[in-house]
Amino acid sequence: MEKRVFFRSAWLPWVLMAPQVAVIALFFFWPAAQALLQSVQQSDAFGTSVDWVGLDNFRNLWNDDTYLASFYTTAIFSTLVAVLGISVSLLLAVFADRIVKGALAYKTLLIWPYAVAPAVAGVLWLFMFAPSVGVVSYWLRALGIDWNHLLNGTHAMTLVVMAAVWKQISYNFLFFLAGLQSIPKSLIEAAAIDGARPWRRFWTMVFPLLSPTTFFLLVINMVYAFFDTFAIIDAATQGGPGKDTAILVYKVYFDGFKAMDMGGSAAQSVVLMVIVVALTVVQFRFVEKKVNY
Amino acid sequence: MVERRPFLTMLSHAVLILGVLVVAFPLYLTFVASTQTSQAIVQTPMPLLPGGHLIENYTAAWNGTGGGSGSKAPVGQMMVVSLISALIIAIGKITISLLSAFAIVYFRFPGRMFFFWAIFITLMLPVEVRIGPTYKVVSDLGMLNSYAGLTIPLIASATATFLFRQFFLTVPEELVEAARMDGAGPMRFFKDVLVPLSATSIAALFVIQFIYGWNQYLWPLLVTTSEDMYPVVIGIKRMISGGDSEMQWNIVMATAVLAMIPPALVVMLMQKWFVKGLVDTEK
Amino acid sequence: MKLKFAAVALAASCALSAQAVTEVQWWHSMTAVNGEWVNDLAKGFNASQSNYKIVPTYKGTYDESMTSAVAAFRAGNAPHILQVFEVGTATMMASKNAIVPVGKVMKDAGQKFDPKAYISAVAGYYTAPSGEMLSFPFNSSTTVFYYNKDAFKAAGLDPEKAPGSWPEVALAAAKLKANGHKCPLTVAWQGWTQLESFSAWHNVEFATKANGLAGMDARMKVNSPLHVRHIENLANMAKQGLFVYKGRANVPEATFVSGECAMITTSSGFYGNVKKNAKFAYGLAPLPYYPDVPGAPQNTVIGGASLWVMAGKKADEYKGVAEFFTYVSSPEVQSASHKRTGYLPITTAAFQLTEKSGFYKENPGTDVAVNQMIRKVTDKSRGIRLGNYVQIRTIEDEELEQVWGGKKSAKEALDAIVKRGNELLERFEKANKKG
Repeated sequence: MEKRVFFRSAWLPWVLMAPQVAVIALFFFWPAAQALLQSVQQSDAFGTSVDWVGLDNFRNLWNDDTYLASFYTTAIFSTLVAVLGISVSLLLAVFADRIVKGALAYKTLLIWPYAVAPAVAGVLWLFMFAPSVGVVSYWLRALGIDWNHLLNGTHAMTLVVMAAVWKQISYNFLFFLAGLQSIPKSLIEAAAIDGARPWRRFWTMVFPLLSPTTFFLLVINMVYAFFDTFAIIDAATQGGPGKDTAILVYKVYFDGFKAMDMGGSAAQSVVLMVIVVALTVVQFRFVEKKVNY
Repeated sequence: MVERRPFLTMLSHAVLILGVLVVAFPLYLTFVASTQTSQAIVQTPMPLLPGGHLIENYTAAWNGTGGGSGSKAPVGQMMVVSLISALIIAIGKITISLLSAFAIVYFRFPGRMFFFWAIFITLMLPVEVRIGPTYKVVSDLGMLNSYAGLTIPLIASATATFLFRQFFLTVPEELVEAARMDGAGPMRFFKDVLVPLSATSIAALFVIQFIYGWNQYLWPLLVTTSEDMYPVVIGIKRMISGGDSEMQWNIVMATAVLAMIPPALVVMLMQKWFVKGLVDTEK
Repeated sequence: MKLKFAAVALAASCALSAQAVTEVQWWHSMTAVNGEWVNDLAKGFNASQSNYKIVPTYKGTYDESMTSAVAAFRAGNAPHILQVFEVGTATMMASKNAIVPVGKVMKDAGQKFDPKAYISAVAGYYTAPSGEMLSFPFNSSTTVFYYNKDAFKAAGLDPEKAPGSWPEVALAAAKLKANGHKCPLTVAWQGWTQLESFSAWHNVEFATKANGLAGMDARMKVNSPLHVRHIENLANMAKQGLFVYKGRANVPEATFVSGECAMITTSSGFYGNVKKNAKFAYGLAPLPYYPDVPGAPQNTVIGGASLWVMAGKKADEYKGVAEFFTYVSSPEVQSASHKRTGYLPITTAAFQLTEKSGFYKENPGTDVAVNQMIRKVTDKSRGIRLGNYVQIRTIEDEELEQVWGGKKSAKEALDAIVKRGNELLERFEKANKKG
């Protein structure tokens, strides 16, 4: 994946990167370091008394059975969200790219849900799936399914996976579409003239050409599933019933944000970061080999 | 498309319609709810067809009356704040990421991959976790309650840089060599060749980042000290009663729909740009 | 000429200094109609005097505004007044250097402040063991029982007679179910209504050390025989379909308003919602209890939030805070607030004023909440103050859900709550021992 051709300059790359590096140094690394420092401290909410406790926060995590159980829950959740999110949007993007009539309408309607503010989206999902008053629950019951995500762990997991995937479909769809539309038509036409049918064309030509986008979305979706989904859990199930939908990042958010336990939350963040960085390195090392640039 | 295959076209439409129904259904519900009375909404199940209260709900939402929001900031003003913030964030992010990705892909310099990973790692720590210390930095720099404070800390993310890196790696080397042979320097190449080629990616990112900036809730809540710098999502959230007191669901939904119009416009306009970008840059 | 100029300049500067009103920042989390109430309170106070100006700012939900305040405090620009929910009381109290007790603020400002004028069940929650009031009770509600009178009538029950004891509730539920009702009983805020308020109502300990009010070394006691008995009863009712679990926090309230569930225990603040949206005749009643428990019914425990005063401000600004608190607790303002929002009045004078005005007669059921509180409290019923309480409430939700789902027995769940809760309490104690 190394580019063979490059420009030579001693100073230009530094100048080009300077704005972004400056912003992330000031507004990410400096605050992040302080946030993570709290993982070896124990303080009251306002920081007026701070104690160094070494690895105590980490030890507490290790001794908590429910925390260890949430690793498993997180794995299931993230895999489902990433896989479903990417496959469904790819399907939709491929079809949307094909048609001519009504293209603008479809695309707008499929991208627009991304514009729903998360606060409103959470409320809407509750509206739709509330066990008794929700529109969708009502239909499910009419179909004979006793939908109750309050007491049924599987239903709860289904609900949050659907909500998380829903939000990402628009996002993935948009990028897949951009990727598809930047494939030169001449290539597709040439293959068609060669007699390749659409199914074959897709897998031997389009998909490989789309692989940089797919790789991008794979990484982004995984990061999303691990880090950005706590708002959905909070709105829908708050980790329940019991702890059936308590994914790792939800506890990070809950402890740090609602319970004001900064030390515990920071320790969990460290653990979570280590996991995701490891996963990302794996992806870059092994999956990126298959990407065609 | 390339050849006419009616079955495939029909299948495409069928799948797309199904997709739209599933994906856009919540949007439809929002719209329906915004045309009902709030009592109708809490009955089981909620009515599925639009009601007759569209005008009165939307007027109330726009004027900030009847929403029980207790908000001193009218919706119009909040939308302006949201608009300016979203634009700054989108344009700012795209600009600095284009430059960084260009540097990382097209130059050799010590620590190149280190910087890429440093930028990439910014995705790995949710905002909520580091929000306290970030607030302190912003406060120390005197950027509270300003557009700078609202936007610059949010520009720090890696998504755009990562995407551009992916895209730049697919640009054929012949183009670079051709430019070099023409005697063009790196910035010339960047401006005249790379950026136009990236049009579709830029358009896609613009949509995403604009909506991201538009939907900001937590950070503006912290960093603003007066309600006239509140973006519109805060206005919506404060109408949603977290306690037990009654809520005007219909006005909330009407406000939500109003708040979704500018992003929708951006999506539609960017669509046009997609097509335009493609036509202009047919390789 | 010069004299005239000087006179004008003097007058102008006088006018300018008269405009230099001291601003007092108040961060709150009141949404919807309650947000309007907050703004009106500020407007009323500001209009009533010219030295101070209260500026209320909505800062998100309780945890969001808490995070804002923590961040602002660490950066040196905290507000003067912060509204904090009741479960955050222990956290605020433990942050000694960040807050100033309300009692001290009032005393230093020379404001007349008689703790006895406040309803003890309300104010006691926010009072230190020494008797000093730490925070100012602002929006307090308590646990009450709502029932659907129309559903009762249809099931052959007397709609004017609310079930007063838990055995009666079970009987009523059975009749409702026999009549075809799908959800006779549900509960909201299960930790609060079925464990915390339940304990106070029966004058039994929820936790040691007067439920934590007397010290940070309190430990939970919710696995007592009475608690186990009650949760077992509910579990049995759940098995028979008499009690249907409808979610955490206040999510189940929607099922009462829609008519789906016929009985619910939840906050008194729910009243406004019911009044507006219920399409059936409804009634309010005190929380049910077990008549065979000595001392029951005692009083219920409050929920809601209080106003804390942050440290590090100027003396003059604190004076403004004190004057504002005096204004808010005046009987007229209190009574008006109570009538408007349904939150409890915090002084007995306000309660009496409201009673005299005939409000309770015109709005039957609105005095249920207050009557549950106007009692002399005991050590076990004064209130609850435990550290890490937000997390403990979640543990309560998690464990109880497993009981309703048939995965655990009542005793197992309550034992787990005690075990996990105590771990958190120990950690809180350790973290806050200093200072």
